[in-house]
Amino acid sequence: MGRRILITGIDTFWGSMTAKSFEADPTVETIIGLGTSDPKVELERTECLRADHSYSIVSRIIKSTKVDTVMHTFMATETSAFSGRMLNENNVIGTMNLLAAVGGSPSVKKLIVKSSSLVYGSSPQDPYFFDENSKRPSLPKLRIEKSMIEAESYVKDFAQDNPHITVTLLRFSNVIGENVTTAITKNLKKRILPYLFGFDPSIHLIDEEDVVSALVFAANSDLEGIYNVAGDERVPWSEIGSIAAARPIPLFAYATNLISAPLIKSGIVTITPELMDLMKYGRGINNTKIKQTGFSYKYTTSAAVAKFCKLNQLRINLGRAKPEYKYQKEIESFFKHSPAVIGESTTSNE
Amino acid sequence: MEKPTKSDQIKSVESKIVKLVDKVGDNEPESYRQSDVDRWGRSESIRKLTGKLFDPMYTKYFRAEWEGLEKIPTKGGALLVSNHAGAIPPDAPVIMHGIEKELNRPVYGLADFWFRTLPIAGTLWNRGGGVPAHPSNAYGILHDDQQLALVFPEGSKGPSKLYKERYQLRRFGRGGFVEIAMKSGVPIIPIAVVGAEEAMPILTKLPSISKALNLPYFPITLNQVLLTPFLGPILASVAYLPAKFKIRVLDPIHFDVPPDQARYSKTKILDESENIRLRIQDAIYDMLAHRKNPWLG
Repeated sequence: MGRRILITGIDTFWGSMTAKSFEADPTVETIIGLGTSDPKVELERTECLRADHSYSIVSRIIKSTKVDTVMHTFMATETSAFSGRMLNENNVIGTMNLLAAVGGSPSVKKLIVKSSSLVYGSSPQDPYFFDENSKRPSLPKLRIEKSMIEAESYVKDFAQDNPHITVTLLRFSNVIGENVTTAITKNLKKRILPYLFGFDPSIHLIDEEDVVSALVFAANSDLEGIYNVAGDERVPWSEIGSIAAARPIPLFAYATNLISAPLIKSGIVTITPELMDLMKYGRGINNTKIKQTGFSYKYTTSAAVAKFCKLNQLRINLGRAKPEYKYQKEIESFFKHSPAVIGESTTSNE
Repeated sequence: MEKPTKSDQIKSVESKIVKLVDKVGDNEPESYRQSDVDRWGRSESIRKLTGKLFDPMYTKYFRAEWEGLEKIPTKGGALLVSNHAGAIPPDAPVIMHGIEKELNRPVYGLADFWFRTLPIAGTLWNRGGGVPAHPSNAYGILHDDQQLALVFPEGSKGPSKLYKERYQLRRFGRGGFVEIAMKSGVPIIPIAVVGAEEAMPILTKLPSISKALNLPYFPITLNQVLLTPFLGPILASVAYLPAKFKIRVLDPIHFDVPPDQARYSKTKILDESENIRLRIQDAIYDMLAHRKNPWLG
């Protein structure tokens, strides 16, 4: 029997793309995707299921499908699309339900959790490079940070209580890519980059492709424990703007939300609370531990930005977005399960 | 500092060879960097510019004079430890600029993370080679990058002392700098500086204002008293008096302990720390005994 994989967050870009790369792997027999909405990418043999934000049905799914690997990619690492309450529901309660389900199932051998370097925070007391064991010097203030730290603490307890399950926790830096929607990409798509006047901290970015390949790498190897995943190079904020050909928009560094309210409320610039600290103090991440296990990054921070810029210019010059994939349940289930389908089920608009 | 050193050239050739070999397997990820800001935030070009601006100050105004400069290694990591004085301490830029000028190698100045919270000045400080004095930063600079780092173990207790307490070294923290040097496997090079105390002497301090402004200390300096009628209050607060700078590099201290240990004997750390403090203090007394006056040296 081949590998049986459950992917949560199939409706996120990484969930879909991870599923897609597993589809190409012949050792993977079954892929089950769980998401709160429909998948973003056309999937061939992944079984997609809808769930609510707290993933209450996950236990039933794991019991009945006997999956051996669970990829937990649905934790929200960015608040631009989430309200505070939903964050808690999604990150904390969702992770708790998932862990309870995985722990109760004898079939699961491996659990991979996608987390974020947001758990390290961003403050003046920070070391220049956080490694996996670094303690966070500042107290978490933001709701998203608190929710992720809480979710991670559940994962750590779970790993201790279930030594027979290989638990891998990947902490990704801020992601950039034309398919991901974060405050940074939203701004850069408009070719602007807000900054706090007088501050120019350095940050890491990771390309969306590298996120997916790190997740797949973790599933295909015996990694255990916590790993930072961030593009090489720590690049100053201003330089990210200049590589992306974005116009810098200065914001006043104190009482920013109040003074810059017209810019922010009108939607001209997108600012999230977690971006505010990042624009002041940045965040450095030591990404060597995962490299030592054999993983290699395809893009550096600057290359990821340059690639994003190129694709964005193409999109602007074409004057329209890429044709978006629309998931249609009846059609998908016809191709996957109907006895009438005897040939290739893929469509050709790939 | 602008020209790559020999070891850098060798390194770049080596990395090219490695890249060629790696082409068979995975390609090294490409870089699209546009600025020369390194991973510690230091920019060689901005450093060059500020160096150019500061050089007249260094040569003409403070007339910095080195003794024992050859004791600072031209390659490999080393932790430079010095005394700290003057309301806005001029010893840090003088030592950093001096070594970069004379030895043509960068120096990273480890300082309180408070600098990071300052707009503009904090960014310039960082681009000029200032790095928050976090143990992991110091280890990265000394051990991984094999560079020079300068640290003032007195912290803000040094510059905040009054003029009547001049050249009396304060406590050397908790000896953290010794532990970092041991961990990184690099020697400590003590440096004694004379002149910074007279460049901006503190007459008195106003604790209520420093508390209100969230500053480490708020001094009333001799410079403000003497120069305000001529320069106005703001310029007079930042203008130095033309003290003569003398800098003496003392013998490097090598520790006979293995690097990369999780913990080192606290007794040894504190002994070494006190020993370094006394050596700098003795050197300062010796230099002051030979000094005719603060302005001509």
